[in-house]
Amino acid sequence: MSQTLLNIKNLYVNYETDEETVRALNGVNLKLNKGEMLGLVGETGAGKTTTALSILKLLPKDIGIITNGQIEFDGKDLTKLKEAELRNIRGERISMIFQDPMTSLNPVLTVGEQIAEVIELHKTLDKKQIESKVNEMLELVGIPAKRKKEFPHQFSGGMKQRVIIAMALSCDPELLIADEPTTALDVTIQAQVLNMMEELKHKLNTAMLLITHDLGVVAQICDKVAIMYAGEIIESGTAEDIFEAKEHHPYTVGLFGSIPNLIEKTNRLKPILGLMPDPTDLPQGCKFHPRCPQCMEICRKVHPDDRQTETHTIKCHLYK
Amino acid sequence: MAEKTKKKSFYIAVWKRLKKNKLAMIGLSILIIMLTIAVFADIIADYDTLAIKQNINIRLEGVSKEHWFGTDSYGRDIFARIVHGSRISLIIGIFAVSIPLVIGGLIGAIAGYFGGLLDNILMRLMDMLLAIPAILLAIAIVAALGPGMINLLIALSIAGIPGYARIVKSSVITIKDLEFVEAAEAIGAGTTRILIRHILPNILGPVIVQATLGIASTIINAAALSFIGLGIQPPKPEWGSMLSEGREYIRQAPHLITFTGIAIVLTVLSLNLIGDGLRDALDPRLKD
Repeated sequence: MSQTLLNIKNLYVNYETDEETVRALNGVNLKLNKGEMLGLVGETGAGKTTTALSILKLLPKDIGIITNGQIEFDGKDLTKLKEAELRNIRGERISMIFQDPMTSLNPVLTVGEQIAEVIELHKTLDKKQIESKVNEMLELVGIPAKRKKEFPHQFSGGMKQRVIIAMALSCDPELLIADEPTTALDVTIQAQVLNMMEELKHKLNTAMLLITHDLGVVAQICDKVAIMYAGEIIESGTAEDIFEAKEHHPYTVGLFGSIPNLIEKTNRLKPILGLMPDPTDLPQGCKFHPRCPQCMEICRKVHPDDRQTETHTIKCHLYK
Repeated sequence: MAEKTKKKSFYIAVWKRLKKNKLAMIGLSILIIMLTIAVFADIIADYDTLAIKQNINIRLEGVSKEHWFGTDSYGRDIFARIVHGSRISLIIGIFAVSIPLVIGGLIGAIAGYFGGLLDNILMRLMDMLLAIPAILLAIAIVAALGPGMINLLIALSIAGIPGYARIVKSSVITIKDLEFVEAAEAIGAGTTRILIRHILPNILGPVIVQATLGIASTIINAAALSFIGLGIQPPKPEWGSMLSEGREYIRQAPHLITFTGIAIVLTVLSLNLIGDGLRDALDPRLKD
């Protein structure tokens, strides 16, 4: 058994504004071992990004509040750390890749300077060593080192995303959080970036938390999968569990059902009917029950517990 | 070492881009000429005998070999007075802009970045200053402190603070929510570092333009204060007071205001051209 690196226990996050309280996360449990790649899947608004941001404690100031739960990273509870201690962890031990490569780079600094900054902040190296590390990182992601003097606008979208990945990896982090790293890219570039990330995972033995709504991506590169709905992990397990096991949460079934199938001939896609519940006013019982095709009486009243079989966990009343 | 060459190459790149801009180069040459004149004023024209000493026999003379720009109503050489006046005007222009730029910029950056109550307090104070017309505020301050160069500088500086605070604040607000600032936080950068390294360079454009325009309007404001007797005291030559003196003789001796006016226009124009050029050169996105 490999060592647990990240262990999120019963995490609750609220976004509190003057008008309303948005219950973004409602008891998230998530475990990630060293060197593993976990795919976090879910609809827009399910709380995927909130989970990522709360790990780094980058939730919007004064609005995003962790109301309950623990985020254990390498045995330490991140929710209890001071800002200065967190700063040492950010970028060095946990780093993050943001969704949109177009806006994640500072337009007035060269890409070399931006990669160098991460190293400067966390390592005590002299200028020459930093320079050579920057070159090394750029080569690692497949960008000629001589381009480090160029500005972000001189790079294409895919190249920018590579620069961001180079930045994120330059301090050899133990955990890399990638928040939809490929959604802003076109398909061919997506494949390149994903292949590169997979390669890097093997090379550097970095654990990755890959946030996406693309099940294809997950099937391709993830070891483990967690499916989120309305701020909860409703099903999780190894990739085999999710893609091949017989028993599934009805939401997962719906999610797979909404992917067009090459073999069957269909004229229409099969979406999951209805919308995500309003996070300011969540339904009682199982949060999926208003949309669930197999909804039972108990689902409306009682919140289901996890049912665990080996590695596979499902949060549904169907399975007892 | 590597840092040095990198820094150097950045400024060299900016300079190369600036050099391509012909208008900026014209502005820069004019400004350099003005600065040279200001520095070597004593060599070009003697202060005591030409710029200050009155000689009623040669009052209001036109352009001649002896007096290139003619003489004023007290028989003083206008060329000498413009030359010496450039010192005062440029010093006022530069200091009365850089002081409020730093103070106002700091206030604006803090208000914009942290927001909330602090922002409200700081910006409402700025609004109070802004509610009073700049020139009126400066008049009130000089009237309270008494005339003189230093007091004039203080007055113009205070009057200039709210303008810069507002510009910096609005720029910071648009920049601070961009993803790269969040990304900088995610790599573990502290507040000061984010403000100085990531936000500041991004707001330089509008600030530089405002500052170069500000030097121009400050020179004119200083002139206005001198005109009503609250700025530079006569007989010290100052472009603004010279202009207002010459106004009385505009029919008999138009050269009095013509040359002084040209001096002000050239300085202001050169600063504006440089400001525009710098803005384009500093912004890597506009680079071809």
